[in-house]
Amino acid sequence: MSPQPTEKSLLAANGLTLTFGGVHAVDDVSFSVEPGEVFSIIGPNGAGKTTLFNLISRIYDANAGTISFEDDDISAVPTHRIAELGIARTFQNTELFEQETVLRNLLIGQHVHRQTNLLQEFLFLPSVRKQELAFRKEVEDIIDLLDLQHYRHQVIANLPYGIRKMVEVARALCIKPRLLLLDEPSSGLNPEETEDLSFQIEDINEELGTTVIMVEHDMNLVSQVSDRVMALADGKRLAIGTPQEIQQHPEVLKAYLGD
Amino acid sequence: MRFIRKTHYKQDIQLFKHEGQVFWYGLLAAGLLAAPFLLSDFYLGELSLVFIYAIAGIGLMLLTGYTGLVSLGHAAFLAIGAYTHAYFLAQGWPFLLSATTATLFTALIGGIVGIPALRMTGIYLAVATLAFAIIVEQVLVHWESVTGGFRGMAVELPAIGALALDGSFNFYFLCLAVLVVSLWLALNLLRSPTGRAMTAIRDSEISAQSMGIHLAYTKTTAFAISAGFTGLAGSLLAHKIGYLAPDSFTLLTSIQLLLMVVVGGLGSLHGVIYGAIFIGFLPQGIAVLRDTLPSGIAQIPGLEPGIFGLILVLVLIYEPLGIYGRWLKIRSYFEAFPLYRKAMHKRQRSYLRTERLR
Repeated sequence: MSPQPTEKSLLAANGLTLTFGGVHAVDDVSFSVEPGEVFSIIGPNGAGKTTLFNLISRIYDANAGTISFEDDDISAVPTHRIAELGIARTFQNTELFEQETVLRNLLIGQHVHRQTNLLQEFLFLPSVRKQELAFRKEVEDIIDLLDLQHYRHQVIANLPYGIRKMVEVARALCIKPRLLLLDEPSSGLNPEETEDLSFQIEDINEELGTTVIMVEHDMNLVSQVSDRVMALADGKRLAIGTPQEIQQHPEVLKAYLGD
Repeated sequence: MRFIRKTHYKQDIQLFKHEGQVFWYGLLAAGLLAAPFLLSDFYLGELSLVFIYAIAGIGLMLLTGYTGLVSLGHAAFLAIGAYTHAYFLAQGWPFLLSATTATLFTALIGGIVGIPALRMTGIYLAVATLAFAIIVEQVLVHWESVTGGFRGMAVELPAIGALALDGSFNFYFLCLAVLVVSLWLALNLLRSPTGRAMTAIRDSEISAQSMGIHLAYTKTTAFAISAGFTGLAGSLLAHKIGYLAPDSFTLLTSIQLLLMVVVGGLGSLHGVIYGAIFIGFLPQGIAVLRDTLPSGIAQIPGLEPGIFGLILVLVLIYEPLGIYGRWLKIRSYFEAFPLYRKAMHKRQRSYLRTERLR
């Protein structure tokens, strides 16, 4: 799927630039992501992929350029409002709530849908009880989708890395996002888990209709699930295209293999 | 080992998870209700003090154990609660109104203290709250028109309507009732979104933010709630000690409160109770120790705070989860009886976390 000018983009970045001192972490990067697609970002280490994610999820402020989500400019939205808008993310090395069970982690994903106030919660009024049961129902749907039933009541600190990765994806999905940002979902997974992951990303994309942007190193996974790929190197955009186009793109080959 | 068959989601949010818990807590409640008829006035008074500590401990536990913000200034909130309550009682306000006002006023102060604390964590926050406690101590000394300065102020006897609540018997039930209600409120908070947001902040601020949790709001709320509980405990403590003076609320009190939540077990309300029992009866233990030790050691003036500090350090090294953590290990030993392995509770190195976002 190539970008259609007539179609309304879900996310559009325009001339994004971020410098840390003299380092151009992200340098004048523009791209747009269309509703319903799986968009991958690849590039050698230090290319600025994760920085780009942190810009989109508003952890960093861009020095220049704009980001818009569904035609609204989100360049100045505070970090905690991003989830409410419908953008969820995972982290490269997992940032789960370690001392809590899987279930409570996922319930935190429902936090943006909270309707009750502090006083009601102190008294645990029927409205809070009803909301908790509704949250649980939503969470169970995600648990089913990602096959996490066994781990529901386990504390994160006791779980193996591969499961943590999936829990983090599940937690992001509990926000019910329209845009899901996956930061190296396959890092630390074995080949079998990576295989499962590719099916699960397809499920998320097709069953829930969630648009996915992912940063990934595993080119097999990228070419299996992505509609389009963007290659970055040294903070600059090298190319955007289908996975096949990118794999044969001379600039990309040069960035990975050298001259 | 108990296996619970779950057929409904509401089983996971109810306060008592199975009949066993209902039975044991019922037994505990019966014991506590029978205690005043069996114990002497002295021990009844000590138990009331344990309850008061526990209420303050709930406040500090919500802040330190659940939100991950360390406070060395909780004696100040205790003092604000106590003085506010005593002041309004002296103005002729009824007990309940005065205690509620003291609780809410302390919560308000807590919220205000929480605002500059938003930018600090760990040791910096501990020092900032310590500074706050010292400021409050000075205010108590110098604002003589309200606090009586060094002379202190007498606290009127507690009474709800015509029912006098002084005397160890009635006061015991007052403290017990307030503790039970406080525990219920805290448990409610922890099983609803605000409580989860607090634990989220403790474990990872960066992903809490990405989950839509407003850090500033949640931390300020946690401070206010924590101060509120501690202020409520302060208003009961005012009656317990009967006469307020600035030296009742010193740094040592703050350390005692922190010691309570750490020794009891951070991150659990059970820990608050264990810690309160520990703190409540520790001075007795030290008194007994003084009798047995050679007089050269027993007469050292700083013996008590020294022992507090020593216990705190030892617990942090050997049992970071406190008494409650130790109890969980003992229980799992018996649950898994012949199969218990030595490595079952070995602490594992945690996985690499995202460092670059700090």
